[in-house]
Amino acid sequence: MIGWVAWTLMALLCVALGLAAWRMLHGPTPADRFVAFDMLTAVAVAFSALTAVATGRSGFLDVALVLALVNFVATAAFALFLERRRS
Amino acid sequence: MNDLGIATVFGLVLMTCGTLFLLVAAIGLVRLRDPFQRMHSATKAGTLGTALIILGAMALGEVARPQTGLLTILFLLVTLPLGGQLLGRAAYLARTPMEGIDDDPLADEERSGLRRK
Repeated sequence: MIGWVAWTLMALLCVALGLAAWRMLHGPTPADRFVAFDMLTAVAVAFSALTAVATGRSGFLDVALVLALVNFVATAAFALFLERRRS
Repeated sequence: MNDLGIATVFGLVLMTCGTLFLLVAAIGLVRLRDPFQRMHSATKAGTLGTALIILGAMALGEVARPQTGLLTILFLLVTLPLGGQLLGRAAYLARTPMEGIDDDPLADEERSGLRRK
């Protein structure tokens, strides 16, 4: 039952993943793409938490923690890049 | 659902709410009209949705170690608003167009004063 619900939620999250990817591909400005990347990583954190529930392996929660940390570093680097870029 | 225990039902409800929040955030990312509005949708609803899903996974209890989950939620709550602020500031300095604002009260001198030397 629990695993079934988790797989269903992951299928729902695929829609969110697709919408964020659409924005990343179509975003008119670089800021749009960076925001979409931020969102994609948040969805990936949620995916790994749901995978931990669905498979019963607690290691996937560590993956979520690391993804959350990497997300911040990536966002800060993108922001610095956007700020220093000639417009 | 009587055979499931209250904590399990609670965790499943939390995870469903988190997924719905993430879906709403993604829809906002597509439908809103300028990068700052999209940032608002992605950081607020995205943080809440992810934190709810991890809380739900912790409430289910079969995946042990609540420290990892709490640490992840703490890092999310600290870093995602920070990242959003950094990104918004950088996007403003890069002259990203804003929907519905024709004359920007902050003049170019102000903007070049904000820019790092």
